[in-house]
Amino acid sequence: MKTLIAARMERCIGCQSCSLACARLVHKRLSWYTAGIRIGSSGGISTGFEARVCLACDPPPCAAACPTGSLTPRKSDGGIKQDKKLCIRCGKCVAACPVGAIVQDELDNPYLCIHCGRCVPYCPHDCLELAEKGTANVVQEVAE
Amino acid sequence: MIRPHFRVVVVDLTSRKTHAENIPGRAEWLGGSGLAALLFEKYGNAGAPWTDPAQPLIFAIGPLTGYFPLMSKTVCSFLSPYHGQYTESHAGGRSALALRFADMDALVVVGKAARPSVLSVGSQHMEILDAPFLWGKDVFVTGKMLRHMLPGSGTRSIMRIGPAGETGCAYACINVDTYRHFGRMGSGAVMGAKNLKAIAILGDASFPLPEGKDYATAFKEIHSQLTETTMMSKYHDLGTAGNVAALNELKSLPWRNLQATTDPGIDGISGERFATDMLLRNAACAGCPVGCIHIGFLREKFMADHRYLYRQVAYDYEPIFSLGSMLGFTDGFAVLGLMDAVEREGLDCMSSGVALAWATEALQKGDVTQEETLTPLTFGEPEGYKAAIRHLGSGANEFYRRLAQGTMKAASRYHGEDYACVLGQEMAGYATGETFFVSESLSFRHSHLDSSAYSADQKPQDKDADKVVAGFVKDEASRCVLTSMVGCLFARGVYSAERLQQALTSLGYADVAANLDAAGTDIQRLRWRLRMRSGYAPMQATIPKRYTEVVTWKGPIDTQYMETLRQTYARKLMELGQEV
Repeated sequence: MKTLIAARMERCIGCQSCSLACARLVHKRLSWYTAGIRIGSSGGISTGFEARVCLACDPPPCAAACPTGSLTPRKSDGGIKQDKKLCIRCGKCVAACPVGAIVQDELDNPYLCIHCGRCVPYCPHDCLELAEKGTANVVQEVAE
Repeated sequence: MIRPHFRVVVVDLTSRKTHAENIPGRAEWLGGSGLAALLFEKYGNAGAPWTDPAQPLIFAIGPLTGYFPLMSKTVCSFLSPYHGQYTESHAGGRSALALRFADMDALVVVGKAARPSVLSVGSQHMEILDAPFLWGKDVFVTGKMLRHMLPGSGTRSIMRIGPAGETGCAYACINVDTYRHFGRMGSGAVMGAKNLKAIAILGDASFPLPEGKDYATAFKEIHSQLTETTMMSKYHDLGTAGNVAALNELKSLPWRNLQATTDPGIDGISGERFATDMLLRNAACAGCPVGCIHIGFLREKFMADHRYLYRQVAYDYEPIFSLGSMLGFTDGFAVLGLMDAVEREGLDCMSSGVALAWATEALQKGDVTQEETLTPLTFGEPEGYKAAIRHLGSGANEFYRRLAQGTMKAASRYHGEDYACVLGQEMAGYATGETFFVSESLSFRHSHLDSSAYSADQKPQDKDADKVVAGFVKDEASRCVLTSMVGCLFARGVYSAERLQQALTSLGYADVAANLDAAGTDIQRLRWRLRMRSGYAPMQATIPKRYTEVVTWKGPIDTQYMETLRQTYARKLMELGQEV
């Protein structure tokens, strides 16, 4: 299955268009935080940016930690499926994620990447890619 | 959040308490410039000095902030330490979205902290931290320390001052998220006078979007105009620095304290040269896919045995003019070095460069001595300027303390008024002609962005003062609308009145959309009333002799026309600022 990969973050300019797009298109929210991908500096804005996003662990520890079955592993290639109706907002998934890719809003609803790729076209520098696992970042376009 | 009123958070540094107020008037005052003026009328006192602790420092966003791309600016309003009158300064970075997600249409800071402090606010958070250990620290060190002290990495904005704000320099800036600034008119000194070293805004809330398809449609159309057409390409490509060579070619780039308007050494500081030799990477304000911030790199050998350090310095047209051509530099790396020094002190780069250009000519003419400047100042020699920038920031002696109050204030003491390049404040980098000189001298912010005067000067025009002034006034009213949304002025070609109306209507602000024209005029007039109440006398504004000696692509300045235009505009401003 295709996976969202923040393949070229050294190009990132910190505009947060990806986070805003995820919140707007996937979660129907205006936010730069309650989104499946979030951008922060690596250590101050002079140091460039990094993405907090699901790495598609296989098997995913967040799904293992989820007590209700709201998060379950995808069929292949890691990552999860989310059934929001089953979520009891316990936050176990947040604690289980080894890279801090899951956040909760003020009502404790969890937000995490579902690898849909809807953020990808909003990145002005092609930092993001929806690709089969292991194939992203292989081809680097050459600037004109 | 979409709501018919403004949610305003007022922080009193004296009592260390905060409260939120709901204030009506969205359709009349929009947000941004309009909201800031409304709030100054409520919380400020135009008759009292700017140093009065009760005077507010206001940060306001607009109804479209965060909902649409390039709606990414914040308006800061205050009584200016530069002239004691009501003014605005604009900046981006993350400030606007942070305010949106902190659920504030505006943040108003009043009072004075008992000791150096840092204010940290969010949608569910308010804290005033004692921070005497940060006092005296430069802008970059302060930013690095605050990163570890405050919550919310990635979803916050950190606005801070350097030594210049602490010492009351009238053109101290507020640095926003390292590479942007509330640059002009001395907002940094307002923070300094309040004992406020930094403000961190934590954007920790999220909001539902409007139902239906209108918002998605409006977003898609606006986003595609901004990213798929060539309308923003000049900002994306070379950035504003692309104008440097063009203005030099037009004999409109100020060199060596405006003793010339063109120079054959231009290739060393052109936007093309910066992009080829110095550009390290780009950055963006939050919510802007254009990414016009251009960051240059500077590699410095600081010790034998090939020991180097590197600096990252954001450059633009204005700092290249003010710290480059204005100071006689034809080497871009030297200019980056001065930009870095100015950033650290928390000075406005434009005023600092123009002030030092005046000081250099004053030293050459013998109007001031090296005893006063403490260091040699020679056009094209960087080391003296680096030392002088530190002296300006720290207020090292009486000369620098005077110069830090404004070039004309120093010039009047040392008899150098004729060659002070001051148009209301230290000039912006457009020696384009009569229209711009009059516009910047008199306009509300004394900014090149108050009108399109510098652009008008670059085309043939008839010298009809009434027509030109009518153009200034109309232009200002339409810019008042955009700076109330609050949109980046670089996107003014995309955000036409119709586009703004579409965007507002899609969010449920049909009443606001229907009132844009009237609101623009009302905001313009309220700003001028506040300016007049705080002491502005436009008829008395003068244009220094140096501007009568300028030669542009059109030839020598027509001084008679410039004077007619000045008087016509000043009379119009008196009318705009009349009490109702």
